[in-house]
Amino acid sequence: MSAVIDHPGHGHGHDHAHDDHAHGAPHGWRRWLYATNHKDIGTMYLLFSFTMLMVGGVLALLIRAELFQPGLQFMNPQFFNQLTTMHGLIMVFGAIMPAFVGFANWMIPMQIGAADMAFARMNNLSFWLLIPAALMLVGSFFMPGGAPAAGWTLYAPLTLQMGPSMDAGIFAMHIMGASSIMGSINIIVTVLNMRAPGMTLMKMPLFCWTWLITAYLLIAVMPVLAGAITMTLTDRHFGTHFFNPAGGGDPVMYQHIFWFFGHPEVYIMILPAFGIVSAIIPAFARKRLFGYTSMVYATASIAILSFIVWAHHMFTTGMPVTGQLFFMYATMLIAVPTGVKVFNWIATMWRGSMTFETPMLFAVGFLFVFTMGGFTGLILAMAPIDIQLQDTYYVVAHFHYVLVAGSLFAMFAGVYYWGPKWTGTMYVESRGKIHFWGSLIAFNITFFPMHFLGLAGMPRRYADYPMQFADFNMVASVGALWFGLMQVYFFLFVVVPMMRGKGQPAPQQPWDGAEGLEWEVPSPAPFHTFEQPPKLNAAATKVIG
Amino acid sequence: MKTMNALFCKAGRQVGQWSLTLGAALATQSALAVNSLPGGPGVNQLDLHTPVTGIAVDQRWLHYFMLLICTVIFLGVFGVMFYSIFKHRKSKGAKAANFHESTTVEIVWTIVPFVIVILMALPATKVVVAMKDTSAADLTIKATGMQWKWGYDYLKGEGEGIGFISTLDATQREESDSGKPKPADDYLLKVDNPLVVPVDKKIRIITTASDVIHAFMVPSFGIKQDAIPGFVRDTWFRAEKVGDYYGQCAELCGKEHAYMPIHVKVMAAADYSQWVAGKNKEMAALADDPAKVWALPDMLARGEKVYAANCAACHQASGKGGGPIKPLDGAAVVLDADHAKQIQVLLNGQNNGAMPAWKQLSDTELAAVITYTKNNWSNKTGQLVQPAEVVAARK
Repeated sequence: MSAVIDHPGHGHGHDHAHDDHAHGAPHGWRRWLYATNHKDIGTMYLLFSFTMLMVGGVLALLIRAELFQPGLQFMNPQFFNQLTTMHGLIMVFGAIMPAFVGFANWMIPMQIGAADMAFARMNNLSFWLLIPAALMLVGSFFMPGGAPAAGWTLYAPLTLQMGPSMDAGIFAMHIMGASSIMGSINIIVTVLNMRAPGMTLMKMPLFCWTWLITAYLLIAVMPVLAGAITMTLTDRHFGTHFFNPAGGGDPVMYQHIFWFFGHPEVYIMILPAFGIVSAIIPAFARKRLFGYTSMVYATASIAILSFIVWAHHMFTTGMPVTGQLFFMYATMLIAVPTGVKVFNWIATMWRGSMTFETPMLFAVGFLFVFTMGGFTGLILAMAPIDIQLQDTYYVVAHFHYVLVAGSLFAMFAGVYYWGPKWTGTMYVESRGKIHFWGSLIAFNITFFPMHFLGLAGMPRRYADYPMQFADFNMVASVGALWFGLMQVYFFLFVVVPMMRGKGQPAPQQPWDGAEGLEWEVPSPAPFHTFEQPPKLNAAATKVIG
Repeated sequence: MKTMNALFCKAGRQVGQWSLTLGAALATQSALAVNSLPGGPGVNQLDLHTPVTGIAVDQRWLHYFMLLICTVIFLGVFGVMFYSIFKHRKSKGAKAANFHESTTVEIVWTIVPFVIVILMALPATKVVVAMKDTSAADLTIKATGMQWKWGYDYLKGEGEGIGFISTLDATQREESDSGKPKPADDYLLKVDNPLVVPVDKKIRIITTASDVIHAFMVPSFGIKQDAIPGFVRDTWFRAEKVGDYYGQCAELCGKEHAYMPIHVKVMAAADYSQWVAGKNKEMAALADDPAKVWALPDMLARGEKVYAANCAACHQASGKGGGPIKPLDGAAVVLDADHAKQIQVLLNGQNNGAMPAWKQLSDTELAAVITYTKNNWSNKTGQLVQPAEVVAARK
């Protein structure tokens, strides 16, 4: 059995003996509701996050529709604020984070030669918790007063003015946080304890390393977010004054607590992407990843540094000079290990023997566009410049470059790369290329002009704007529509055919340069893989004997 | 496949032509009939605002400096990458080399960026320190962010005592709602009462807020400072050119966040003095005579206005308060026949400032709002408080 929805008549010759275990193979709705299989849970996470990507995308298109021209054509400003808030919350907590957990679930056990995750039932809970949380989050639009409208960062004391949807949102985030924490515990225990004999930590794929480090970050900071939103909840309803100055509280303290979570959070959203790209570039350059050890240390440095830079989101709150300087220096420092990683990827490509199938296109595209986002981040790190650019569209451009052209493109690369293993079906290469080029060009049309808007002083979270900003806003809106359509194309013409088995059957190893234990099992991967720990070669890349 | 290719080529050409036309149009003029606003945004502006303060000049220099270095690094790094993409392809017969690590190279490309980053930090440090030095100001003005307007109070220096509220022009707000605003160079930037300051003087802006966090931003001056309720922050500028400069609120503050602009009029010293004199005369004329005896209906009407502008944010229009904020509707101190009790609360505050002191309001305003609370909602005391009682209580 595999994770393919429906594949009549596709005999892949995989081992049917696995299906007849003592308790019978799961099927029907019980297979999914009671799932404990990492592949099934991975599939559910990925489908859930794609759905949330579409929901968040619709919200984005509504925003861009309103901003297409000056003046309020479609909505009142309060609804606009709800859209910007929910677009952010849904994309961060509903799309990006669960998608990476989906990749982790699918790939980590296979890559380390383990039969499944350490805590298979907790894995199930981690996933299914997301469904009520998402329903509450999206459903908040229909509560009295509409969805929360304080920005995804939910600053106090504005949050104290929000209606009941704020409480629903807080509850949803608590649930999602619990899901993330449990998932991270699972990943850490699995990686540390269940590697096949011979697979030392320094031999495991970099994707496992990046997820191991990300899991520690999650465990460290999700409780901090929980603290911030709980204090908001008690300020709203239980008479506390943590952030309410009328009671002696401090709104800036909210920002400190939130961003202590928030900054590591953005690294949580990019480190697994680094891991995916670190698998793909060597495969398509037909050359081992350059500087594996250095890459591990760089990833760990980025994670540790991420804890000491949070106040670069707060340069305009009025902190003393020493604070501004410290956070500026620390933030600029993160550029160093990030640069090291970029150089290592390019050194992997250098004097390789490259082909550019879609996974490689997205991986190289990631490298190019993510680095652009990295440069704008470095520019924003300079406190004097940040004073001009904070809360303007320059920041919006920066984080969309690193999150969309960064995280999302890396995920697309991963879907094209590992999709054949998951589904047993190859995607059509020309369609992958259309998806890539369409997305890359549309993305840049949407977000590049936002750098100019920010430099010119257009603030964020504005439902209407001075008319001199009109043209660039119009261009961005057109680009956004095109970008959205490309993702619908991706779903209908790449994902669905793969899942329904409509395409060339995928060989066990479709990519001749690929290395790793996942390529040692058939495509589609059988329901159970590595039920017994495999015997590995010296490099821990192949099963022997 | 062939038809697809042919279709693509044709579509590609059309897209190319369309893009060129659009690009040319964008570079020269806006699709809308607006011009750049001097001191405000320019049409399709690509860069920071033209600086009119030394700090803004420094910021712009720093930005060019960073942009240049980042561009050079970008071209270098991606030049290498694209060269590799071209040359090291399997289709060109490239054979994969074997190397996969080098400690020397790792050390070099850690140290060199580290040094570059330090070199970038040095000029930035100077500007940070300069931006923070708000001492020895010639004029100090408090900017209070409110939902959704700015209040300016001249605290120290020439013009001390002047205070007014600056709100977005109401017509422009309506135009926004209409969905088809008339082209205007200062759309969403026009206010009724601009902030007026003298040129070439160090102006210290103290920011605070009365409800949620706002942010005071004027890009031409290179300043942005959060206005945080319950706290005071400050920033400073010295404008070196006479003119009109515009900014907007830069921290999400609710429904009308996009509709609370900032307009600063920088005037020559003589013009500024003239403006101050005019403003002082105006305020004197409007000031209430505390000896006047008011009738109840007039007091109530006045009190309603004072309540809406000052008290409703916390005590709510319903008078019911909420959370830690006490209700006024049915409150003992409000219903009390002894006016002095409520006057004391208003003059001195209560609960360690949780209820702030309002002694800065005029005697007439205080008397009016107290009268209003005593006779509104379910409170029907029929009591009337005269300004003279407040005068007496202040002693």
